Amino acid sequence: MASILFYILGFVMLAATLLCVTCRNPVHAVIYLVKGFFALALMFYLLGAPLIAAWEVIVYVGAIMVLFLFIIMVLELAPREQPQEPGWQRWVPGLLLAASIMICTLLIIFQDPSAASHGPNHFVGPREFGEALFGKYALAVEVVSFQLLFAAVGAYYLGRYQPRRRNEEDQT
Amino acid sequence: MSDLLLNLALILVKLGLIFAVILSMAAYLVLAERKILGRMQLRHGPNRLGPFGLIQPVADVIKLITKEDFVPDQSDKWLFLFAPGLTALTALLSFVVVPFSPPLAIFGRELPMVVCDLNIGLLYFLGISSLGVYGVVIGGWASNSKYSLLGAIRSLGQLLSYELSMGLALIPVVLTAKSFSLTDIVMSQADWPNLVRHPLAFLIFLVSIAAESKRTPFDMPEAENEIVGGFHTEYSGMRFGLFFVGEYINLVILGSMLTVLFLGGWHGPLLPPIVWFSLKVLFVAFCFIWARGTMPRLRYDQLMHLGWKVLIPLALLNLLVTAAVLLALKG
Repeated sequence: MASILFYILGFVMLAATLLCVTCRNPVHAVIYLVKGFFALALMFYLLGAPLIAAWEVIVYVGAIMVLFLFIIMVLELAPREQPQEPGWQRWVPGLLLAASIMICTLLIIFQDPSAASHGPNHFVGPREFGEALFGKYALAVEVVSFQLLFAAVGAYYLGRYQPRRRNEEDQT
Repeated sequence: MSDLLLNLALILVKLGLIFAVILSMAAYLVLAERKILGRMQLRHGPNRLGPFGLIQPVADVIKLITKEDFVPDQSDKWLFLFAPGLTALTALLSFVVVPFSPPLAIFGRELPMVVCDLNIGLLYFLGISSLGVYGVVIGGWASNSKYSLLGAIRSLGQLLSYELSMGLALIPVVLTAKSFSLTDIVMSQADWPNLVRHPLAFLIFLVSIAAESKRTPFDMPEAENEIVGGFHTEYSGMRFGLFFVGEYINLVILGSMLTVLFLGGWHGPLLPPIVWFSLKVLFVAFCFIWARGTMPRLRYDQLMHLGWKVLIPLALLNLLVTAAVLLALKG
């Protein structure tokens, strides 16, 4: 049962990602990608990592995709200023994907009723996860966080560089 | 199998009860806000329908349902229709993990007074509250109106910035409770509420949830004298109603989270736990209405300054000091 669900979710995720890259409308693309992340979160849950599933939703859907949306909004692309798919293509794929993710979620709950209240025993809890992350893999975590810091500083530097040049051009 | 069905029935009953209670609470909060704001401005507020205007919410709902459901030309129709539901739904979903009373013993079974006591309850709350942004932003963008888009951008920036300080302010609470489960967090406050143990985290969380709920003094996304109605400018009828009710549901949820995390949840002398819980939530809601009656709106740059340059560094410092103290006490 779990493996069938896994392949269905995998297909949903691939379809959502494919729609995301082929979709001409940026906001629709973001919504498809969000659906892909939800399917991915369910897959992590099926693999026995509910914490990763939660992080997937919190970090990718709740923060990174919101930042993507922010960029799209700031570019001010109004809904009709970009090509639209004809009629049914606009809502049928999205609805199908959302419906299949929801059915899979319900199936997971029914297949494993204890998941709704306590979480099965073989799942890794937040405590063990944290201990592994900052005990056994502490060095790797620190290296990755340094990488992220470098990226943030680099992005800050690039972002700072542009406006100053534009101001100089304005003055001349 | 019968155990599964019983559990399922229990969960459905709890969900139904919560749905009914939260929706009626949200409807009456609207009335309470109008009455209290009226009193603060030396008016009476709505008092025509029923005693003290108590039937006003029913009249409002009838009005909203019978109004024309308007979809602007040139808008992204499907997303426009879908967005208000998303806002109200994500607001309701957070309540699944909120414990409002200690477990009751009925028929020899222990019945937890929470729909689902997740061991990552706090993370679930943070995740769901970050999903709440989508309804507002998609609604504002799909309306294809300048004011709606401005409102959507403002709420995006605001919610994104304050989510960080909100999450950081909660880590000291998790550190003392040693658990992400909200029930354990309430249990850890049996002697002292976290308000006494983590006053700075409480203040940061309070300011952050005021910003998250998009209420005065942080109501830039719908500042009516700058950008008409912000993201819900183009909405009418019950779809506007869903945005509106979603905001008040959010107020109840954030009030409950403040109660659970900092005010000691259901703990309190004399009265039964559930009464204490409701009293605390209503008190928080009253304080938010009070703030709306007394405080002016911030400017957007002041909002960003407060979020990024004051609250986040303070929250990080608070986290560092709390962790160091806890480590020293342990060692």
